[in-house]
Amino acid sequence: MSSGPALPDAVPPAEPVGGSGGEAAGAEVLGQPEIARALTRIAHEVLERNKGAADLVLLGIPTRGLPLAQRLAARLAEVEPGLDPTAVAGSLDVTMYRDDLHKHPTRALGATDLPAAGIDDRVVVLVDDVLFSGRTIRAALDALNDLGRPRAVQLAVLVDRGHRELPIRADYVGKNLPTSLAEKVRVRLVETDGVDSVRIDGGAR
Amino acid sequence: MRHLLSAADLDRTTAIEVLDAAAQMAATQAREIKKLPTLRGRTVVNLFFEDSTRTRISFETAAKRLSADVINFAAKGSSVSKGESLKDTAQTLQAMGADAVVIRHPASGAPHRLAHSGWVGTSVVNAGDGTHQHPTQALLDAYTIRRHLTGTTANPDGVGNDLAGLRVAIVGDVLHSRVARSNVQLLHTLGAEVTLVSPPTLVPVGAEAWPCSISYHLDAVLADQQPDAIMMLRVQRERMGGDRTGATGFFPSPLEYTRSFGLDSRRLRMLPDHAIVLHPGPMNRGLEISAEAADSPRAVILEQVANGVAVRMAVLYLLLAQERETLA
Repeated sequence: MSSGPALPDAVPPAEPVGGSGGEAAGAEVLGQPEIARALTRIAHEVLERNKGAADLVLLGIPTRGLPLAQRLAARLAEVEPGLDPTAVAGSLDVTMYRDDLHKHPTRALGATDLPAAGIDDRVVVLVDDVLFSGRTIRAALDALNDLGRPRAVQLAVLVDRGHRELPIRADYVGKNLPTSLAEKVRVRLVETDGVDSVRIDGGAR
Repeated sequence: MRHLLSAADLDRTTAIEVLDAAAQMAATQAREIKKLPTLRGRTVVNLFFEDSTRTRISFETAAKRLSADVINFAAKGSSVSKGESLKDTAQTLQAMGADAVVIRHPASGAPHRLAHSGWVGTSVVNAGDGTHQHPTQALLDAYTIRRHLTGTTANPDGVGNDLAGLRVAIVGDVLHSRVARSNVQLLHTLGAEVTLVSPPTLVPVGAEAWPCSISYHLDAVLADQQPDAIMMLRVQRERMGGDRTGATGFFPSPLEYTRSFGLDSRRLRMLPDHAIVLHPGPMNRGLEISAEAADSPRAVILEQVANGVAVRMAVLYLLLAQERETLA
């Protein structure tokens, strides 16, 4: 009954793994300033696309989507005066909606915490760290379906590493990262891992 | 975790993991749409050889909220009354494709036999066997205690906490109580100090070896220990024999039992202000608990029932939502 963090994507050899260790191997593709700039850009793109922050809800997918959603909300609040970042950001645990539960050891459940106003008739921006097979996002769409009926759902990811298995694409991408299936993309954030970095490990190198 | 047979199977980490999962399950039960797709396509059999209302309904609700198919099997009206053995009954259910068997049986050890005999390849959950164990009841009691006594405004369910330092008194018919046995083990694992309070006739042989203290005087325990939670056990008169006056071999009369070990308004006032009152149900009002105590704001008895669904959802999730291959 062991359980790891709710990992953002499904295929075992290529998932971002939390925690420290493996510091030497691989290459850092995004550091702290790059991640900060990407999030600032995404925040502005979200505001531009939605013509302001009215009716916006940012739902982070645990584990690492959640701090990203909170950072995005803080940036929205900097640009849009009067916006309360805590009333915009929430979390959406998709573990119980996954289609690959039986392929992994049991996962710990994360918390689902919607803003008080709910999601009905609002624009929901799902936030995750890595977009890979798309199965996490499919599970998130199913979970949203049980929670309410948003007017629109958009997707923001820090890294899009390709290899989609479902017809899903991101509306806002921090960085497109072409990878091979043998490589691992590791996203680490200050809130969960003590440091901001995106690395590619393993693969032919 | 493959089976859940005894509260002693759970170490501290695993127990907290189950309680934390239950907290997330409970959160989903506050939604408008309570059903989750997690166990879609799995089949859970409720195999009940002994009467039960809340445990069976609770397991059935939990399985259905996780989208599992549920087959209810009650020994009454089945081929068991024609003399079919536990083995044949279980193998029949296995042949119908069950992934988990939730079993209640009057014989202590029946779930263990089912899990380890090699008769069936399913997960086995003990829903109460004889006077042995009732682990999901202990989990829901621990969950209820943790939520009420360690929860904060920021963390209302006490996620991640154990029960270290809390004093729990378990009062009444310990001899016939699987709930008491499971609770002593689990609450001790989670760090609580447990005191059993019972007439000497209702203390089982060997109880002095359990990880708890034993007292024969309820008033003294209430006054000296100031327990944070008090759990009243049902007097299981169907297991006691006795005559029409209510006298049994275990106590002279119901009135005398109530005077010595019943929770009434006077004893309720002796408890500290934050203390909660638990009862696994069904209650004998007027015997082990007065109506005033049962209906007081400190009684969390109905909440125990609601938490039971969340805890059983967590158990089914942790047992079934994993590799099918390892269950073969």
